[in-house]
Formats: sequence, C-alpha cells, structure tokens
Amino acid sequence: MRYSGLRVIKEALTGHKGWKPHWRDPEPKKHYDIVIIGGGGHGLATAYYLAKKYGEKNIAVIEKGWIGGGNVGRNTTIIRSNYLLEGNGPFYELSLKLWEGLEQDFNYNAMVSQRGILNLVHSDAQRDAARRRGNAMILNGSDAELLDQDGVRALYPFLNFDNQRFPIKGGLLHRRGGTVRHDAVAWGYARGADSRGVDIIQNCEVTGFKIEDGKCLGIETSRGFIGATKVGCAVAGSSGRLMAKANMRLPIESHVLQAFVSEGLKPVMPGVITYGAGHFYCSQSDKGGLVFGGDLDGYNSYAQRGSLPVVEDVIESGISLIPALGRVRMLRGWGGVMDMSMDGSPFIDKTHIEGLYFNGGWCYGGFKATPASGLCFAHLLSTDTPHEVAKAYRLDRFMSGHMIDEKGQGAQPNLH
Amino acid sequence: MIINHPLLGPRDAQEFTYLGDVSLLDRPDWQSETAAQDFHDYMYLRDNPAGVHRELWFHEIGDRSWLVVTRNTVTHEITNVELARDVARQRGAEK
Ligand SMILES: Cc1cc2nc3c(=O)[nH]c(=O)nc-3n(C[C@H](O)[C@H](O)[C@H](O)COP(=O)(O)OP(=O)(O)OC[C@H]3O[C@@H](n4cnc5c(N)ncnc54)[C@H](O)[C@@H]3O)c2cc1C
Repeated sequence: MRYSGLRVIKEALTGHKGWKPHWRDPEPKKHYDIVIIGGGGHGLATAYYLAKKYGEKNIAVIEKGWIGGGNVGRNTTIIRSNYLLEGNGPFYELSLKLWEGLEQDFNYNAMVSQRGILNLVHSDAQRDAARRRGNAMILNGSDAELLDQDGVRALYPFLNFDNQRFPIKGGLLHRRGGTVRHDAVAWGYARGADSRGVDIIQNCEVTGFKIEDGKCLGIETSRGFIGATKVGCAVAGSSGRLMAKANMRLPIESHVLQAFVSEGLKPVMPGVITYGAGHFYCSQSDKGGLVFGGDLDGYNSYAQRGSLPVVEDVIESGISLIPALGRVRMLRGWGGVMDMSMDGSPFIDKTHIEGLYFNGGWCYGGFKATPASGLCFAHLLSTDTPHEVAKAYRLDRFMSGHMIDEKGQGAQPNLH
Repeated sequence: MIINHPLLGPRDAQEFTYLGDVSLLDRPDWQSETAAQDFHDYMYLRDNPAGVHRELWFHEIGDRSWLVVTRNTVTHEITNVELARDVARQRGAEK
C-alpha cells in the first residue's frame, strides 16, 4: 500500500478500516544470504538498501526485542552535517542528503524538519573554532553561517546573553540541520525492507556465532540456528557484548546517555541550540515538549537508565542558558546505551572472520548517520568493498595511526 | 552511586572521575618483540562486559587516590573497593 494525502482522506471517510500492518511477522528460515543482527535504525536501513539499491534477495534482520526499542527510539533526533575532519565530513554530508530525500524514497512520513542548528559561542577562541569548522563544512558541501550576537538575538531573544561568566558572543548556524521523528525512521525502513522481501524477525536474540576455520557460517539464536553466507552486526550499545561471542575485543566502551522532555509548551524554540559552555542542548518537538540532553553519565554501563547527578548538571546548564526554563516542568527522562569508540568515530568494516561484518561505535551521534550508515554497510556487505565515503571507518585504524578524533581527546571514550 | 573508599568510608561518586578498565594498570613491556601490538591492545581494546567490571576511579576532589572499584555494569551495584596502589603491587608481585 502506498501512502499519500489522498489515502489519508479516503481512510478518514471509510472509518480507517483499510490500514494494514506495516510489516509481516515471519518465522526464521533455515538459511539466508545476508543476516543483519540488530533491528535498530542502522540494521533496518542496511536491509532496506541491500534490497532496494543492491538487489539482494534473501535477507533477514534479527532483533532481540522489538524493532525501534533501542537507541533509534531513545535519541534526541538531531540530524546535522557539521563535522570537521576529512574521514567524517563527506559521510555525514551524504547522510544529510539522504535525509532530504528519504520520505519520498521510502514513502513514509518521517517528519524530517530542517529547522537549523545553532552552536553557541562564548569566547574569541570558540568563535575561531566555529569559523574553522564552518569553513570545513562548506568545503565538504554542507552549509554554515557565523552569526554575531545580534544574529543570535534575532532567533532566540530569550537566551541569557549577559551571563557574567559565559556571555553569548554569537553562534555557528547550520540551516540544513534539524530533527526527524525517530520512531518513524525505524518503521519507514522496516516497511520498505519488508515490502521488498526482507524477513524482520523480532523477539529473537542472537546468542552466538557458528565459526569454523575462520569463517562465519551462521548465528545461534533463542529461536534456533540460522545459517547465513554473510552476517552483519549493527547492535549499537550491545556491540561489545555481541562481538565477544566471536572472541573479538573492540575499541569500544558502553556508556549511558540520558535525555529529557518537558511538558508541552506553545512554540518557543524554532530550531536546535547547543550551549557552548555547558552540557546542554535543546529543541522543541512538534507536540510542544522541550527535548533536551547533556553529557554521558561517564562510566561503563549497560543499564538503560541514568543517574541523578547528570540530571542536575543538565538542568543547571539549561537554566544558566535559558533562565525561563526554571518555570517549566520536566515530564520524563530516560537513558540509552552508547557504543563509545576510542576516537569518537564509528566503524563500518569487515572483521578478521570471513563472512562477519561490523557496524558500530556510533557514540551519541548515530541517529543522524542512519541513512548513510545503512547505505554504506549495505555496499560493504553486497560488494565486499568499502563505500567511497566510509573508507576511513576501519577497525584497524588505531594500529595504523589513522584515528578520526574530532575532539582531540585521545583514547578516553567518556570524553568524546 | 556511593563508593566506599577504603580509607575515607562512603563517598558520593560525584567526587570521583572515571578512567576505565583496570587492565590500564597492566602496562605492556616496551622491550618485547610484540610491543607495538601489545600497546595497541592495551590502549585501545576493551572487554566491555555486561556484568562485573573492575575499573579505575580517581578521588579528584578528595584525597586524590586511585581506586579499583568492582561494579556491575548492568545494576551499578558496587561489591568491592580497593586502593589501586595495593592492586598494582599485588599484580607486580605475581609477575
Ligand atoms: C539519549 C540519547 C540521545 C541521542 N541523541 C542523538 C541525536 O540527537 N542525534 C544523533 O545523531 N544521535 C543521537 N543518539 C545516538 C543514536 O541514537 C544511536 O547512535 C543510534 O540510534 C544507534 O544505532 P541504531 O539505531 O541501529 O541502534 P539501536 O536502535 O540501539 O539498535 C540496535 C538493536 O540491536 C538489538 N540487539 C542488541 N543485541 C542483540 C542481540 N544479541 N541479538 C539481536 N538483537 C540485538 C537491540 O535490541 C536494538 O534494537 C542519541 C542516543 C541516546 C541514547
């Protein structure tokens, strides 16, 4: 069934009886050409592009819970192409371009909203860094504008411009950045993949790999053995846990990141803002809630919940930037498990085991990467060669010295 | 979280900063034939378990001692806290 405005009107007039489930609920087959582990944004996008762009036929996505229950449904939905380094810039620019055409491509309303992202600057040094980043963005085909204080005031008059310690001096505006309805991304890719024959198998946990003579022959699951010619792992925060079953140690630590939503308000926040002097960023959802977050809790964690000191830190930072926030009630908060890599950048690569491929290390920025990650992982799985824009995302880059460390923090995952 | 400091008693985890896996105590031998690979593994690879994890915490706004905390990464329960100095000495003695 194709979705359209006409269809919505027709269904409204006929009691909404024509809507069908978005995807099937098939039993796993004995063998697939390609099995993707993880029904998050990345796994589903990979299956979608494998079927649609690379013409692969016999594909399954294996998900231990329900699709979209992981980080793809827990993030703060920000998409952007504002990276500095060569290994990252073209990849995230491709991703943003794919977002721009995504809803038409998979015929699903993902509410892609390019409302602009403003990174605030509070000192001369930060302005220099913002100018440099803006130039790098423009060189990579993205957009950037440096605003002075008046420029920021025009967009966000209610910010605390005259904070004694961190006055707002301006900001770097990335107009094509914005937000997307995160669940709809998982559902749209799932529907698109399913309609092209991909089996989406939920409530099926992968518990091990069958590896013989350095070759991966399939996966052990809670619903029995499933044979596969190629296995692609895209389990985000569970990467370390899953790959340990193939006896691999990864350059990754799992950390928890929290996010929060306020009660619904009238429109106040036209775009996304990030505080340059504290751990706080914020946007307003279409339902009216302010969606905001901050920094990692800071220690290894697989608990999908955070601790109170970070709640306090985020809200303190928020109120120092937006004093009016003090009058807003917080509705809820939650946590997700992040696959924090040693340089803050991801991996899309083969492993040393034949037939076993790895996608992970997305840190807290993997939502925006979803379309390009899916496309590039599908490219790798189908052609056995890396996609042009994902060549730098190798697992051996720490050995060869080709780290992609945007922040220059070194091998300290909780600081990326 | 509360960390039960061996010298100072129970302290709020906010007084500490976190470094990572206790394996960071085991600096490889720089003269070994395989030193390049060993240092890579030491510096960049992690077990990253879901469950019991031994990890290094620094009492930054306290007595500035390094601790080895045994904590469950799923429940956040802390079952043991030792001075990193003692752990390192013992590891050295075992070599
Ligand atoms: C609070 C928060 C805010 C964030 N904000 C942003 C943001 O604003 N912008 C941005 O770009 N990114 C953001 N992120 C990061 C982003 O959400 C993630 O990087 C991205 O979603 C990870 O990819 P995924 O969607 O494939 O992961 P997931 O949705 O987590 O998918 C992984 C799936 O694998 C499944 N799985 C795990 N183990 C197994 C197994 N053994 N067998 C079978 N299945 C398994 C899981 O159940 C899960 O469904 C945020 C994350 C969090 C937690």
